[in-house]
Amino acid sequence: MARKGDVVINIEKCKGCEVCLAACPNEVLALSKEVNSKGYHFAMKVNSECIGCANCAIVCPDAVITVYREKRNN
Amino acid sequence: MSENTIKNPENLVYEKTSVMTDRVLHYCPGCGHGTAHRMLAEVIDELGIQGDTIGVAPVGCSVLAYYYFDVDMQEAAHGRAPAVATGIKRVLPEKYVFTYQGDGDLAAIGTAETIHACNRGENILVVFINNGIYGMTGGQMAPTTLEGMKSSTSPRGRDVKTMGNPLKITELLAQLPGTYFVTRQSVHTPANVRKTKKALKKALEYQKLDKGTCFVEVVANCPSGWKMTPVQSNKWMEENMFPYYPLGDIKVPEK
Amino acid sequence: MKGNEALAEAAIRAGADAYFGYPITPQSEVIEYLMRENPVDRTGMQVLQAESEIAAINMVYGAAGCGKRVMTSSSSPGVSLKMEGISYIAGAELPCVLVNVVRAGPGLGTIQPSQSDYFQAVKGGGHGDYKMIVLAPATVQESVDYVKLGFELAFKYRNPVMILSDGIIGQMMEKVELFEQQPRSKEEPEWATVGKKEGRDSVIVTSLQLQSEEQEKVNLRLQSKYREVEKNEVMYETYNCEDAEYLFAAFGSCARITRKAMEMARKKGIKVGLIRPQTLYPFPVDAISELSERMKGILTVEMNAGQMVEDVRLAVNGKTPVEHFGRFGGVIPSPEEILEALEQKIIGG
Repeated sequence: MARKGDVVINIEKCKGCEVCLAACPNEVLALSKEVNSKGYHFAMKVNSECIGCANCAIVCPDAVITVYREKRNN
Repeated sequence: MSENTIKNPENLVYEKTSVMTDRVLHYCPGCGHGTAHRMLAEVIDELGIQGDTIGVAPVGCSVLAYYYFDVDMQEAAHGRAPAVATGIKRVLPEKYVFTYQGDGDLAAIGTAETIHACNRGENILVVFINNGIYGMTGGQMAPTTLEGMKSSTSPRGRDVKTMGNPLKITELLAQLPGTYFVTRQSVHTPANVRKTKKALKKALEYQKLDKGTCFVEVVANCPSGWKMTPVQSNKWMEENMFPYYPLGDIKVPEK
Repeated sequence: MKGNEALAEAAIRAGADAYFGYPITPQSEVIEYLMRENPVDRTGMQVLQAESEIAAINMVYGAAGCGKRVMTSSSSPGVSLKMEGISYIAGAELPCVLVNVVRAGPGLGTIQPSQSDYFQAVKGGGHGDYKMIVLAPATVQESVDYVKLGFELAFKYRNPVMILSDGIIGQMMEKVELFEQQPRSKEEPEWATVGKKEGRDSVIVTSLQLQSEEQEKVNLRLQSKYREVEKNEVMYETYNCEDAEYLFAAFGSCARITRKAMEMARKKGIKVGLIRPQTLYPFPVDAISELSERMKGILTVEMNAGQMVEDVRLAVNGKTPVEHFGRFGGVIPSPEEILEALEQKIIGG
C-alpha cells in the first residue's frame, strides 16, 4: 500500500496557476472557491489520497508547497 | 496514521530551499522562471556552494532574479551578462559564477557576448530561459519566436522571410570548442524538472574542472505572452516548441 | 616612455587586478604592452582582449563589482560604445579607471588627436544624471600619476574615473619617473560580490530601482557624493597669473602649446597667464571665478569647436569676456595662431 503523505500550501503566495493540479497523480488538489489577499483562487487539498510524491511541489513555480510523507516502517 | 502526525519534521520530503529567499516572485502565475530559479537554488544548496556562488541577472523578466537567490549577485545591462560574468570569473576564478538570461537578452542583443564567452570557454554556467517571447516589455517577438507565432510585433505571425528565422542558438553554441556541456531541458512536468535539476548540478560540478562553458537551455512557457492559461501553455509548448527545440543533451563531455 | 605604454605600466604598478580592452587607434599600445608584459606573472593582474568595447566595459563592471581594481582604455568611437556600461557603473557606484585617448570625431572621424570628447567626459556621456571624475594629463608623467590617483579617487568615491588623454599624449615619448610597485589589494569591500558570507545579507550590485522614490534616493545620494568631489578634489595649475591682465585656459596637450603661446606673448609685452585644469570634473570653478575678476579677457584654447569654454563662461559668469579658439578635426593649433587669436579676439575684441 502506498505510503500516506500530506502537503502544506502557503496560500498567500499561491497564484492559482493549476500547474500542481496537473502534476498530481491522485487528484488531491483543486482550486479554492475563495481567494487569497491578492485575489487568487489558491490550490488546496480536496481529499486524503496524497502519497507525498512531491510532484506538486516540484513543479510549483512559486515554491509554495511543502510536502510530508510517512516513514516506510510506520 | 492521521494526517496531523504526518506533518511533522521527520516526515518532511520537500520544502523550499533556503537558497531561495522568501520574497514573493513577481512572475505571472504558472511561469517557468520560478521553477527554474528554484532548481538552480536547490543545486547551489545541495552542493554547499551558497557562499562561493556569484550570479548575474539579465534584463528581461528575470531582471529581479537577485531578489530571489540568496547569493551575491550582479545586475547586468541588457545582453551583457556573459561579459559581466567573465569579469567576475577572471578576478575570482575559484568562485562559481552563473548567468541567468532570457531569449532576448542572450540570443538577440547579447549574441556577441554569449558567443564570445562560450568561444573563450569561460568557466561559467549560462542558464538560458527560452520562451520565444519578450515577456517583460509586453509580448514582442523574440529571436526564438517560432515561425508563424503571433506576438505584439509579429501580429500576423512571424514571417521568416522578413523577420528572420527562430534562432537555435544552443545548437550553434554546441559547435564551439569552448563549450563543455550543452543541454536543453524544460520545467513543465515533475520528470522534466528533475532532469533540469540534474543538468544544472552537473554544470556546476563541471565548473570545478575548469573545462569550459556549461550551457543549460530551459524551454519555458509564457502564459501571459502567449495568451493562454498556464496548463494550456505547457501543452502548447510540448506541441509547438519541442519539435523545433528538441529536449535533451546536445553536447556532453567526452568520457 | 610612450604615453600609452606608460599608462599600461602604471596600471600594473598601481596594483590593478584586471584590464579589459579592445584595440583602437591611437591607444592600442596599452593592451599591446600589457599582453607583452604579461602582468599575471608579475602581480597576478588579469588582462583580456574582449570581443568589443561593449563587452570590455561590462567585464570591468563585473570585476569592479567584486571590489577589484579594474581598468580599461579606448579612444573616442570606442568610448561612445562604452557609455552604456559607464552609466551602469556610475549607477551601481562601482570604482574603475577608464582611459580615453581622444581622437577627432564625429563618427569614425580621424585617428589624429583631439579634445572633442570633453562634453562626453565631463557632462556624463551616457544616460542619466551621473558624473565621472575626469583627470586631464598634459604629460606622460601625469598620465602615469593619474592612473594611481585615479584608482584612489575611484575607491574613495566608488565612482568611475576617466583619464582624458589624447592622441598627442598617448603617442609621444617623454621621460617619466615610475612610482614603486603597489601591492594588489586583498580587501573585500562590504559592497562587493565575493560570495555571501555567513551572517550577512547577500550583496546585490545593481543600478535598478523600480520604485521612483527609491530611484530618487539613489540620485540624491549620487548628487551629494558629487558635491563632495567638487569640494575636495579640484586640481589645476596656474602660470604667470600674478600680474596677468589676460588669461588663457587650456587643458591636456593644448595647455602645452598654449604655454608656448603665453611665452611668446610675454616677450611681446602682453601680460597673459594660463590656467590649466587638471581635473575637468570637478572643474576649477572658484579659481577661474577669482582670476576672472582681474582679467580683461579670457581665451580658452581647445582642440575642439568650443566645449570647455562653456564651463569657463559659467565660472566667470559675465565678469569678463570669454572667447574660444580651437582647431579641430585632428589639427593641432600652433602657438603663433593661438597668440594671434588672443590679440584679435580678446585684446583687440
